[in-house]
Amino acid sequence: DTVPPQVVPGADPSARQLCFAWGPAEVLVCETLFGRAGRAPCPGADGLCWALAGTGEGAPSSSRVFVVRRDQDIYIQTLRKLFNESHGIFMGLQRSEEELAGKSRKAQLVQVSKNYRSVIRACMEDMHQAAVSTRDPALQGQYSTQVSILSAMELIWNLCEILFVEAAPAGPLLLRLLDWVRLHVCDVDSMVREVLSSESPSKHKLFWNVVDVFVLQGRMDEARHLLSKEATANPTSMNMYKTLDDLMKKMPVPSFGNTQTLTELELKWQHWHEECQRYLQDGTFASNPHMESICKILLGDEDAILEKKELMTTWYHFLVTRLLYSHPTVKPLELRFYAQSSMDLFLGGESSPEPLDMILMAAFEFEMHQVIKECSIVLSNWWFVAHLTDLLDHCKLLQSHNLYFGSNMREFLLLEYASGLFSHHSLWQLGVDYFDHCPEYGRVYLELHIERIPLSTEQKALKVLRICEQRQMHEQVRSICKIMAMKALRNNRLGSALSWSIRAKDAAFATLISDRFLKDYCERGCFSDLDLIDNLGPSMLLSDRLTFLGKYREFHRLYGEQRFPEAARLLLTLMTAHIAPCSFWMTLLTDALPLLEQKEVIFSAEQTYELMRCLEDLTAGNPDKQKFQEDDVETTKVEMLRLALARNLARVIVKEGTVEGS
Amino acid sequence: AMEDVSAKFVSQKISRTRWRPLPAAALQPPDVFATGSWDNEDNRISIWSTGDLGNAGLNGECQGEPHLLCDIQHNGDVMDMQFLDQERIVVASSTGTVTIFRHHQNNQTLSANHQWEKAHYHVDQDTSCGGAACTGVVCNNPEIVTVGEDGRINLFRADQKDAVRTIDNADSSTLHAVTFLRTTEILTVNSIGQLKIWDLRHQRNEPSQIFSLAGDRVPLHCVDRHPNQQHVVATGGQDGMLSIWDIRQGSMPVSLLNAHEAEMWEVHFHPSDPDHLFTCSEDGSLWHWDTSSNIYEKPSFLHQGGRSTAYLSHSTINQSVVSAWLSNNPTKDRMEITNLIPNQTLSVNSLDVLGPCLVYGTDSEAIYVNKQLFA
Repeated sequence: DTVPPQVVPGADPSARQLCFAWGPAEVLVCETLFGRAGRAPCPGADGLCWALAGTGEGAPSSSRVFVVRRDQDIYIQTLRKLFNESHGIFMGLQRSEEELAGKSRKAQLVQVSKNYRSVIRACMEDMHQAAVSTRDPALQGQYSTQVSILSAMELIWNLCEILFVEAAPAGPLLLRLLDWVRLHVCDVDSMVREVLSSESPSKHKLFWNVVDVFVLQGRMDEARHLLSKEATANPTSMNMYKTLDDLMKKMPVPSFGNTQTLTELELKWQHWHEECQRYLQDGTFASNPHMESICKILLGDEDAILEKKELMTTWYHFLVTRLLYSHPTVKPLELRFYAQSSMDLFLGGESSPEPLDMILMAAFEFEMHQVIKECSIVLSNWWFVAHLTDLLDHCKLLQSHNLYFGSNMREFLLLEYASGLFSHHSLWQLGVDYFDHCPEYGRVYLELHIERIPLSTEQKALKVLRICEQRQMHEQVRSICKIMAMKALRNNRLGSALSWSIRAKDAAFATLISDRFLKDYCERGCFSDLDLIDNLGPSMLLSDRLTFLGKYREFHRLYGEQRFPEAARLLLTLMTAHIAPCSFWMTLLTDALPLLEQKEVIFSAEQTYELMRCLEDLTAGNPDKQKFQEDDVETTKVEMLRLALARNLARVIVKEGTVEGS
Repeated sequence: AMEDVSAKFVSQKISRTRWRPLPAAALQPPDVFATGSWDNEDNRISIWSTGDLGNAGLNGECQGEPHLLCDIQHNGDVMDMQFLDQERIVVASSTGTVTIFRHHQNNQTLSANHQWEKAHYHVDQDTSCGGAACTGVVCNNPEIVTVGEDGRINLFRADQKDAVRTIDNADSSTLHAVTFLRTTEILTVNSIGQLKIWDLRHQRNEPSQIFSLAGDRVPLHCVDRHPNQQHVVATGGQDGMLSIWDIRQGSMPVSLLNAHEAEMWEVHFHPSDPDHLFTCSEDGSLWHWDTSSNIYEKPSFLHQGGRSTAYLSHSTINQSVVSAWLSNNPTKDRMEITNLIPNQTLSVNSLDVLGPCLVYGTDSEAIYVNKQLFA
């Protein structure tokens, strides 16, 4: 099946060739410099609903970029309530695993279905309110369109609930269908209200219409109540009224309880039917065409019912009325025959069925996949099909059906819906849970989408990070932390940058930042962000450079606290244990200078030898020997160090000799 | 109980909810609160009323469902929000700007009353970009203290154009929250698990005291101080842990209490009944921590004393209140904790308690009001 491609407004494929690129939930379309020759690629040809989301305003035509979104309803503000509230219901359904068996499980699923419908209804009311209160006619039109779309969604859902979720059996099935018709055929409500609220309803010109409406909808008590008013006004035809009233009262109806069997009902119904037939044939109502036609309706006379076409407004109302008065114990699988013939009779070749009619027909035919397919094509959102399919799947009605692409239909639709949520500025959080419940591809989709969430604040980054950490998405965790660390680094927030790389356990980046700290230290002669460096704790072990940074800072603290022997030992270890990078040895040796110059001897003879070896390794091992010779400062430094080391050695030999000697 | 909670879906993710403070000597429970949104293309500050408009639905169903009084657009995510007085709200923005909004109660409108643009910033305040998120704000009319991702602390006065005091680089990591300890001292928490006390009278740009979590330096996200016992401080961390600190002693928390499974976004002692504490979290739960039963569990001491029972009972109660939060090993039978939202899935970003009323806001774009907390 193919659906005609939709046009992207503003883009003109006749003038220039268009090019496009697929995004996760949208398509970028732009006009190329090439003139039109041959067939231009036509986005939207896959038959999904596309909507133009934005254009480059006022730009010359060849430099315009269009963002074409596939789920346009995601962007309707009033529908956000629907998305959020139904997300809660969806999650509840996934949690309610099939621990309940049989009847209570079915009751649970019906309740879930009703909850979904009540959310649609609440949303419809909000939308209706919005339509009423706005003064902008364009906006009003938009809202009204939305109201009718929501109303159609609820109508379809309700029918699916009766037929598939509850799977009402013969008898109760008809009662459910009657409720369904009463709930959704609201076109006559205002007429009913008008007549009922008039001073004397029986004098109203629409009186009989309202009685007919009640009869057609099986609302017998209300019809009889109205008739009794007319009866008191016409004492002469009292008997006729009484007879009709009696027939209406006696009409057997199915019940939800198990008090009567279907056979009993059919028997009773047969008797009642014959009674009606008798009254009609002996001309009891002949003097009053209104009452005669009601009697004919009670007998299920198709022509009599069809005469009231205007009062029923839809073929499915006609279907239910027809069933009520001619096949009250209709079985689910018989519905398709009556449905098809009712539609044919009702439309009578005057008009062709609309998409909604086709969807309802598919439901009556128990073609669940057809229902979902038609809805996917007609509705401008994935919300409806995704949630309905998920529910039907939980009813174990869709197992057998596998798609030739991707996984099963439930997952396919959930993925589409969730991708739409992810393309929205704020609704992306809802999408996460939907992906979680797609066993086959959910994880991959989430990984691809989550990386595209803009991290505007640390708070938002933390929320995205939490989502990734909970799902052990290590790659994404690393990437988020890296992005945040880079941002912090750009803003000169070394402390923040370091804590982000510690969180990601990103050793390479921790090394990079440690080097920045050390560079800053070499330039300024003091450490920044002491509060962080002094509090590294176990995270110090993340990278060698970080360890060195922490230890080097510790050396400064010891030195500051005048704990010289400890400071000296630490300094030496930093070099001999190769914790310090070679590039930093000169700085460390220079740091040793004041310790060598202390009044008290701090480095032992052995330590002094080691220091000397370090110095010689550094100067000898440096491949760029030239540098040391040319650089006066460096040369002076080396000379000063050699002198200080030699003097220290002399002092320590004297001291150690003295100690040993005494 | 759940049935006392009224919910409203508001089509925007809520980052902050705050009750409007009650006038002194008010006997009525609060009925007006403010919310701020985040992560929307168009963020808003909104004022809501929970009082009935006189058109309560049948069976009182709609009674107490919050309805919008007025709202105003806000630039950037609302990061934090605090009432300065009955009419003015101070709002911290992710753009680094701090704004005072005024709620005009006579005609139900909101207007920006005063603004400190880019009170928090990276690198250079004057460039067009480079604002740093202001993460926390606390007021003690007319003083306003703000902290931010830039590690900066600002002290403003509501009536002064420029900052009274700014501590640049107060913290090398991100400051997540701030509260007043005393009138001149503030408490801050940061992203490397530290709690710091700053004395604003001192000109030194360094904290007067630093407390920190041992071990993994889990970031702290929120802080509140016991309303009567100023040395008792509660903080909430990234791992969802509730830490109770006694700032008179030690440098580590007195107790660590675990209930949440993800970031704790807010912690609040009940302002007039501080035996109760409330916390909310990214994991979608809202816990009520109740130590009140503790007080009445030790009556045996009272009866033995005989003489001056009144005095004894007084001191005993006082002592047990202290030990309620500062006990080293608060076991379950000493503290009752209840999750007020059993089936929530998305984050509860904010909560506020005042009198018998609780209000909280979530990422599932709904606000909830419970007007009978202790019923």
